[in-house]
Amino acid sequence: MLVGSGPGGLQLSYSLSRLGIDHAVLSDDAAPGGMFRRWPVFQRMLSWTKPFTGLPRTSRAYERYDWNSLIPDEDAHRAIMPPLMDGTSYFPSRPEMEKGLETFAERTGIRVRYGCRWESTKAIPSPARGGGQGGGQEFILTTSDGEYRAPVVVFAVGVAHPYRPPIPGLDQVPHYGDFRPVESYKDHRVFIVGKQNSGFEIATGLLPWARQLVLASPGATKLSVNTRTLVGVRARYVQPYEDAALAGGVIILDTTIEEVHREGAGFVVRTRNATDSRELSMAADDVIAATGFVSPLRDLPALGVATFGQSQLPAQTPFWESATVPGIFFAGTLNQGSPGLKKHGIPSNSGAVQGYRYNARVLARHMAETRFGVRIPRPQLQPAETVRFLLNELSHGPELWHQRSYLARVVHLDRDRGISDEGILPLSYFIDAGGPDAVAVALESNGQGDPYPAVYLRNNGVVSERLLPPHPLLDFAGTDYQRQLGEILDPVLSASPSPA
Amino acid sequence: MAVRDDVVNTIAAFSLFADLNGPQLEEVAHLFDETFFGEGERILRQGVSGSGFYIILEGSAAVRVNGVDRSTLKAGDYFGEISCLLGEVPVADIVAATPLRCLVLPGGQLEGFLTAHPKVMYRLLQGEARKLKNTTKWLS
Repeated sequence: MLVGSGPGGLQLSYSLSRLGIDHAVLSDDAAPGGMFRRWPVFQRMLSWTKPFTGLPRTSRAYERYDWNSLIPDEDAHRAIMPPLMDGTSYFPSRPEMEKGLETFAERTGIRVRYGCRWESTKAIPSPARGGGQGGGQEFILTTSDGEYRAPVVVFAVGVAHPYRPPIPGLDQVPHYGDFRPVESYKDHRVFIVGKQNSGFEIATGLLPWARQLVLASPGATKLSVNTRTLVGVRARYVQPYEDAALAGGVIILDTTIEEVHREGAGFVVRTRNATDSRELSMAADDVIAATGFVSPLRDLPALGVATFGQSQLPAQTPFWESATVPGIFFAGTLNQGSPGLKKHGIPSNSGAVQGYRYNARVLARHMAETRFGVRIPRPQLQPAETVRFLLNELSHGPELWHQRSYLARVVHLDRDRGISDEGILPLSYFIDAGGPDAVAVALESNGQGDPYPAVYLRNNGVVSERLLPPHPLLDFAGTDYQRQLGEILDPVLSASPSPA
Repeated sequence: MAVRDDVVNTIAAFSLFADLNGPQLEEVAHLFDETFFGEGERILRQGVSGSGFYIILEGSAAVRVNGVDRSTLKAGDYFGEISCLLGEVPVADIVAATPLRCLVLPGGQLEGFLTAHPKVMYRLLQGEARKLKNTTKWLS
């Protein structure tokens, strides 16, 4: 059972179907697209699709530049987004994104029971799966369309339920999702609670309309161009920040919000500075809570699904299974609840389409092999080609580029069975799970310079990390890299037999 | 990953933050991220770079050196500071002994955080002094 028809649900359904796994998809919506059927409020995506790259659009390498298309196996369905875009921006409009998802679902034959609302969840012991105490269980989903029963359930329900922190009076103001037509803010003083992308998106859209814009939250604003990650306000929305820096009429405050109360037709917001505790009150015609979203998990926490953080994300294993209730999996942006190594504090891109589309493919394969008895063949490699193969993946493998320090290309260097390409796996799983001699390669960033390759060699059960230097042209195929990777692999590779 | 609303109340009781006032605690809550680990998961890995400074909110964790458990950490305890301060890879694994909820600060931000909050730095120094004392006792 799979619940949800946003990009995460669609990608997982597609990938399960191609592995021959029977499943049903339910969705409360009337059509595919998930949150992109409504948002972003200013109707343009933050993720790009670069039309011209010199690469064939049917190649895997092109996916690095196309953050928005889902990822099929068949060339005919690849890179759906570029031809749907009107060429005015490399950020698709929201309707173009919605159209892309609809087109993917239609062309690949994804079947969804739309208008079917998941209402509640039960877990029951399953004798067929060694049920009873500590044994296997099955799940019953009660929906607006009757009960569904399955041994494995996957929720791809997004993180789109409005959240407001418990600030007195904030429950009285509209949330990001309630934003009115932009003209209705003409000559208004607008106070935006929150300094993430949603707050800055609204501020950007209001620059030509509002008289004054105030953005406030306790933490200082981070910018993606400084963090060199998706953490922080994206360049598209930096204009209000420049306006504040040049004293044009936007004010950005690092303060707590103590209280919001109505006064006349407007509001008064009382703030307090974190460093000197100074209070400041200001009047506004509109207050908007751009304070984020939580995951709509319904009764799953009562079933034992642990959640964490302000977004109440379900805590997950490296393979996106609930960390506390086996058999419940997650897909789509909820995958942020499986943080991986989070090296240098940099999160994966599992919150965004370009990241979680790969998670879904890895998850489908994992479920097929561990739950449904499917064995996916592993291509064999010759020792002489292994180094080049890995360097090519580091230079062009889209999974590694989009999911740094998170997804890795894994090759087994088994003394008995030979060298085999195990495909893409969660890096933390590779490091922690043990197994035969093997190598995993990933791309990594430290928030400062260019990304660089990381090599994790498992030799006699012990994993060691080796970081290779970055390359100014991001090309890791050259002789220097061949030599360095060859030296790392040599002790294990020279002991591995060639495949028969 | 911003933190849950109840984090400010939880950390107000931790000795590391005993000298901070309300808005300062809130600032800490916004600076750190919240994270969760299932039982048996590794949080710090011996020899793997890029880790952070962790403070346990709920649950307990084992300090494991070369596969041997050396001590247990619980709510209010912290770990990872040694590798952050020295810029080196961790010399121990930290493994969740129960489901574990933590606050985490990336290693590169620890210096800035501590110098901006000297009282927290002093409390952390006291903690390090205690660890050193225990190690010295153990060695003698």
